[in-house]
Amino acid sequence: MTAEAVHVIARARTARQTRSLIVLVVLAVLVFATFCVSLSLGDFKIPVVDVVKTLFGGGDRATEFIVNRLRLPRALTGLLVGTALGLSGAIFQSIARNPLASPDIIGVTYGASAFAVFAIVTLGLTGVAVSAFAIVGAVLTAFIMYVLAWRHGVSSYRLILIGIGIGAIATSITSYLLTKARVEIAQQALIWLTGSLNGRDWSNVRSLAVTFVVLLPVMVLLVRQLRILQLGDETAYGLGLRVEGARLGLIVVAVLLAAVATAAAGPIGFVAFVAPPIARRLTRSPGPAMIASGLLGALVVGLSDLVAQHAFGDTQLPVGVVTGVVGAPYLMFLLARANRVGSGG
Amino acid sequence: MPPPSATVDVGPETAVPSRPRRARRTTLVLGLAGCVALLVLVSLLSIAIGSKQIPLSTVIDALRHYNEADTDHVIVRSLRVPRTLIGLMVGAALGLSGALMQGVTRNPLADPGILGVNGGAALFVVGGIYWFGLSTLTSYVWLAFLGAAAASVAVYLLGSLGREGATPVKLALAGAALTAMLGSLTTALLIGDVDTFDQFRFWSVGSFAGRGSDIAAQVAPFILIGIVLALFCGRVLNALSLGDDVAKSLGQRVGLARAFVAVVVVLLCGAATAAAGPIGFIGLTIPHVARLVTGPDYRWILPYSALLAPILLLGSDVIGRVVALPGELQVGIVTAVLGAPFFIALVRRRKLADL
Repeated sequence: MTAEAVHVIARARTARQTRSLIVLVVLAVLVFATFCVSLSLGDFKIPVVDVVKTLFGGGDRATEFIVNRLRLPRALTGLLVGTALGLSGAIFQSIARNPLASPDIIGVTYGASAFAVFAIVTLGLTGVAVSAFAIVGAVLTAFIMYVLAWRHGVSSYRLILIGIGIGAIATSITSYLLTKARVEIAQQALIWLTGSLNGRDWSNVRSLAVTFVVLLPVMVLLVRQLRILQLGDETAYGLGLRVEGARLGLIVVAVLLAAVATAAAGPIGFVAFVAPPIARRLTRSPGPAMIASGLLGALVVGLSDLVAQHAFGDTQLPVGVVTGVVGAPYLMFLLARANRVGSGG
Repeated sequence: MPPPSATVDVGPETAVPSRPRRARRTTLVLGLAGCVALLVLVSLLSIAIGSKQIPLSTVIDALRHYNEADTDHVIVRSLRVPRTLIGLMVGAALGLSGALMQGVTRNPLADPGILGVNGGAALFVVGGIYWFGLSTLTSYVWLAFLGAAAASVAVYLLGSLGREGATPVKLALAGAALTAMLGSLTTALLIGDVDTFDQFRFWSVGSFAGRGSDIAAQVAPFILIGIVLALFCGRVLNALSLGDDVAKSLGQRVGLARAFVAVVVVLLCGAATAAAGPIGFIGLTIPHVARLVTGPDYRWILPYSALLAPILLLGSDVIGRVVALPGELQVGIVTAVLGAPFFIALVRRRKLADL
């Protein structure tokens, strides 16, 4: 390679890294802004400046009560759920090397949904018990999927197809349960299935936070392997990666993230699907733009919850109704704008 | 029927088909004949079996010497025959449109729903119930069809914006994104209104129950035309599957080909969804099953999909009518519960033919 070529490549790389950095900073600012606005709005409006002051421990007792006790748990739950879904989607789409793959399609969330709807409709449970069922459902589904896909190792393609099969069973059980239940209870299950942040408290935040503390170091370790894995199994073997181990680790992380998020807020749709491709297009990253995906997930959920809570007067919609409307048009806009050959991927 | 060998012929292309090639073609034709026989058998079962037990002789009588005064004859003629016809048509339509969709997007996860068909149909049906208080299946048919068509056009236009036109990835992403949006709107309507939800939850499972000859007649033209057009798409899909550049250099007009296939998918899947509600799984998985049998040649995948899908669908419908007597299980549910384990077993056993 000539010195000139090296120079060109180095310059292009620096340009891309600068771009990624700018995107990350802008996203982080947007997430924080959305977060503060959602804390300031409500029956009792608090100026954003006071919200920020309260967050850093300088508020009076009234604002402190409203912000920290009433609104913060919900906002934090949304933030963490969004981040978890964005990350989980990025991992799944990279492992599968398919932009349509996400925990929804892979069947994990469908398994969680079937279990949760069973808990709501048949057992008449609510609250934490439903969440527990959802987690069990998600993990069990993922486990069965992995075991069934194992045959001298797991190929991503086989894993996805088996996930789709299991997802189909789970979905049909869910709709069967919905048609059998009394309509009021089915409606309640529908709200759970849509994904909602209404009435979330500190216990949700705690379980999400613990998951993040445990998984974050693992994720940092595995991201490098994900980049290699993305080149395809053969190339990854050739580069000396222990493919099965890396893939299993990544799947476990992605499944746990999706499971905990689903347990906390229900299967909020489209976040895991929509965040990674937007992140990749914004950062122009060739690999999985993990941090950007996480931030975008948080942003989509945060914005959606703002709209769901405040845009329709007194009626509070579940956040899952809005996520599709918030995230999808932006992705479509990005798709429409991508007019260079090959940038469609 | 032993499944024909799935080894892919990699021998050099010669003017005279080589021996293994010819043998392979014979196996595939025989397999196709086997599928037809199986399909006929399942159709007969679907006419003979139902929640009311009717002796086989009476069933045959009803088909050959119809007597209006005999209630059993009326059941066979006005309920079971149209239902079976709808099952046949819907099955073939879903199987074919799935194969077309996977071919045109070159994505093994694409199903007809990716084009926005189910999302659009669902939103229009819910809108019809919500705003106009519609409640009959016949009124749903046109709404569903209209919704499917509108959504598909939108997806296609979105996916083909930009200089290089509708690339597979853009098409798939645009479809999934629009489906997400439509889903959100549908749920928003459902959450606000218990009555609408109460009707919709039964439509959304996918079922042949209560579909009479009027609905069969409504959707038949679309599906039949669609089937004929689809079976001609094999060569085009084979070319497209080599990638856009190769397809172009082979003289294929890529954009036109893709648009044509999309129109056929809308005809088929739109009509199927209109007739029976959104039935998932079949469109996604049957093409994979067909591909396991035939290898990557779409000229074979298409007819196999068109036959295998109605076998599964009608078989599931018969079972759904028998297991839950005196009621019945909706076909959409049975299809997934029965079909998925079979599909998983297949995926596990064979080396997959990648797209």
